[in-house]
Amino acid sequence: MNCMNTQRNIEERLWEFIDGHSSLEEKTVIERLLQTDTEWKAKYSELLEVNEMLQSSELEAPSMRFTKNVMEEIAKMHIAPATKSYINKRIIWGIGLFFMTMLVAILVYGFSQMDWSTGESSAITDKISKIDYTKFFNNTWVNAFMMINVLLGLVLLDNYFSNKRKQFRKEA
Amino acid sequence: MSTGLNDNELISKVLSGDHQAYAGLVNRYQNYVFTLTLRMVKNREDAEEVAQDVFIKAFKYLADFRGASKFSTWLYTIVNNTCISFLRKKKLEIHSLDNEKVFEVADSMDSGFRANLVEQKSRQSMVHNAIGLMGPDDAEIITLFYKSEQSLEEIAQILGLEVNTAKVRLHRARTRLKEKMETHFAHEVKDLN
Repeated sequence: MNCMNTQRNIEERLWEFIDGHSSLEEKTVIERLLQTDTEWKAKYSELLEVNEMLQSSELEAPSMRFTKNVMEEIAKMHIAPATKSYINKRIIWGIGLFFMTMLVAILVYGFSQMDWSTGESSAITDKISKIDYTKFFNNTWVNAFMMINVLLGLVLLDNYFSNKRKQFRKEA
Repeated sequence: MSTGLNDNELISKVLSGDHQAYAGLVNRYQNYVFTLTLRMVKNREDAEEVAQDVFIKAFKYLADFRGASKFSTWLYTIVNNTCISFLRKKKLEIHSLDNEKVFEVADSMDSGFRANLVEQKSRQSMVHNAIGLMGPDDAEIITLFYKSEQSLEEIAQILGLEVNTAKVRLHRARTRLKEKMETHFAHEVKDLN
């Protein structure tokens, strides 16, 4: 086990040396080891050969018609507008603001419901567990929230289909 | 001629309506993209189809390239996503294959692969064949390090890894490559020495 670790350690240090990632101090140490230690020297020539093979290997080439095929395909296409140009930043900020407001409202409501008069002896977790959220998180509110979500979903779906219809007509 | 222009100049030309300038980018990066796809899908025909798809997607979304990174780095993310979708469609496991499974898959998917070996004992083909027998992750990092002229920092960035993790992965990939050459191409290694 120890021998395997040492071997791996030698290889890792030598790869760093070959890649030129060793520190100046490490470089000096390895250079000295390569002159004096036969195991290091043998391993170094082994790794150096693999490195040279990899460096000298060429990239694979596709068929001769490759560029022509790609150009024929793109001739029928249009470049899509950049994502940032059609995602309205105000919508993202609006969503962020909505969630921040919800969070702040819950926190303010929670803190206002806590009974601070009981003194320090009562743990904060006890106080949190005593907060009554049922006033807002009851069936009526949750149902109303779900209805709004469904409506928004339908509006978005309608928007999506009308865009598709327009695109289809344009292509036709 | 657009071949003398750098990547960003070619991209600007394409975005301003000169779609023919895109051929310059395709010519420049076709081998890089094809090698990466080949090492992931392990079959020349499929690799060419996927590579074409990569360039078509890159053209379509070229306006999204902001020049914050190298074009090859941006292209790599498209290569990676396209290969993953392709392999998912083909129901091939790409991450959990152990070395022997990769050997079997490579063997069955491209029967000419090892047959060519008899004829081509060159150093080049041996390296290509040995890389072809490796897992996609190993083949990918070796190709990126040796063939895409990207630093270890850039490779770590595009693979979403820490630099040290990328370094260790590269070391291990090279060690496995050496083992593959010694195991499967012992004769060729001997002949070359």
